[in-house]
Amino acid sequence: MMKTIQNPAVGELSPAGAGVDRKSSTLNQLLLSLKSIPVLLAFIVLVTVVVLAAFAPVLGTVDPIAINPGGRFSPISEAYWLGSDAYGRDLYSRLLYGARISLIVGLGAAAASIAAGLVIGVVAGYLKVLDAIIMRVMDGVMAIPSILLAIALVSLTGASLVTVLVAITVPEIPRVVRLVRSIILNVRSEAYVEAAVSLGTPTLRILTRHMVPNTVAPLIVQGTFIFASAILTEATLSFLGAGLPTEIPSWGNMMADGRMYFQLYPGLVLYPGIVLALTLLSVNILGDVLRDVLDPKMAKRT
Amino acid sequence: MFPYVIKRVLATIPVMTMVAVVVFAMLRLTPGDPAAILAGDDASGAQLEQIRRTMGLDQPILTQLFVWLKQLLQGDLGVSLISGTPVVSMIGSRVAPTISLALATIVLTIIVAVPMGVVAARRPGKLLDRTVMTFSVMGFSIPTFVIGYLLIYLLSLKLGWFPVQGYSPIEKGIGPFLHRLVLPTIALSGIYVALVARITRSSVIEVMGEDYIRTARAKGARESTVLLRHALRNAAVPIVTVIGIGVASLITGVVVTESVFNLPGLGRLVVEAVLARDYPVIQGLILLFSFTYVLINLTVDILYTVFDPRIRY
Repeated sequence: MMKTIQNPAVGELSPAGAGVDRKSSTLNQLLLSLKSIPVLLAFIVLVTVVVLAAFAPVLGTVDPIAINPGGRFSPISEAYWLGSDAYGRDLYSRLLYGARISLIVGLGAAAASIAAGLVIGVVAGYLKVLDAIIMRVMDGVMAIPSILLAIALVSLTGASLVTVLVAITVPEIPRVVRLVRSIILNVRSEAYVEAAVSLGTPTLRILTRHMVPNTVAPLIVQGTFIFASAILTEATLSFLGAGLPTEIPSWGNMMADGRMYFQLYPGLVLYPGIVLALTLLSVNILGDVLRDVLDPKMAKRT
Repeated sequence: MFPYVIKRVLATIPVMTMVAVVVFAMLRLTPGDPAAILAGDDASGAQLEQIRRTMGLDQPILTQLFVWLKQLLQGDLGVSLISGTPVVSMIGSRVAPTISLALATIVLTIIVAVPMGVVAARRPGKLLDRTVMTFSVMGFSIPTFVIGYLLIYLLSLKLGWFPVQGYSPIEKGIGPFLHRLVLPTIALSGIYVALVARITRSSVIEVMGEDYIRTARAKGARESTVLLRHALRNAAVPIVTVIGIGVASLITGVVVTESVFNLPGLGRLVVEAVLARDYPVIQGLILLFSFTYVLINLTVDILYTVFDPRIRY
């Protein structure tokens, strides 16, 4: 993330010399915020989840989808560190591989919705002809509760990782479009943009060099929240049975599988649920910190 | 005020039209033959033809859109592919649990969240404020279904205070009705309380810096009078707005909560329709929920001008 902030294009916009100071102070502010205990805990939890997901195969896990009829509903034991589910699948392994799925969905949806929202937002902000049409379509999409839109898209196209990603991404796009468009509209009247226009700079270059860099910081902040909300939406969709194919070990699928046996084996639902909640909590806490540091104006608004 | 109300009402028409067009376009623009999607995997050629004709899928797309919008205006949402029942009457028979749950949640949220926000705003940054803000972040982050299962685990399975799941209609007695509504309402309130408490806090903090608050204090008004009569009343507009906007997360929550607690409402109807791939029902419910959302926010916007005479458009 720091790499994006140090993007030379951002420095170029600041008055001469100020770029370096701002970069180091951003980093300092982020490091300083780790002094707060909740933020530090959130950071540790998130790093742990990422490490567990990345190194899942070498952390004592077994095949997360291996069925073992002899080991159904095993309690916590040497063989099953967190017990096993109705098919004798190892819960610990499924939790770790589930973290992979969540992170992939979160990153994928955040990247895709920001990429799509950026392009559409720039077009809407720069081309007055298309602005009204684009924004009305976005109003329409925003008025549909996102989970319902995603459910409908998945039920139409069938469950797979790609369709779930698309279904999670589409409802997130309008908010990115609105954000980007408002920044572009603001920046349009700035002196440096007018100067570039009067120097005869090609439109594409004005957009990429002078306007889009202004969206980087707010988009990083927005991306964090989309990351969290995408993980939540995937878990919700899978939990409802309208998400990833049931053989994929995602946290939502684990909870959906465990629902029937909840009264006897609450752990089947509670373990993935608690891990999911802790992950979301950490991302949201860190997102708030990132917003306060990177985008003070937005922090004030909310 | 009156021209504003008319303007605001008219402004919802393009939004609702766009919602209808988006819902219409989803089925038609999905890759593959819409009739085959609707019929399922093991439909015969004759069945496909039948669906194509009854749904008008053999017509040009603009004709289809026109017919679809016309039916919508007449309140016709089509019939279920599975049972053949009109979608409108299916909605009618499932609406009571959902409305009960939603109203109970809104009432609980206002009772809990507004005082939380006001208390936090009294001394920003102090222990009480930080506690409230921590609760608020937790409310945002812990998914409704996780809260639901934790509540069932602790209060139903361990302590036995509440039934695990289920719904009892109000006609069968108010006692069982309320008893079974308690846990779903608490679970669903989590995210909503977080949202409203946060906005109440920030808007009360903002108002506390105003001149009239200093005037009120200078004339010797008690702190509670200052907070409630002067600060909270003037902070009401953003709070009411967020209650309206929060209806979107309330709708998501209803779908999830009804599944967790086995309530036979509209949310579970959505899930049942998805599992059965009953597309007309899904479409109808999406439209219903979206229109409800738009109309609630319309009402909220109009209410401002009634409650806050300073707002003039």
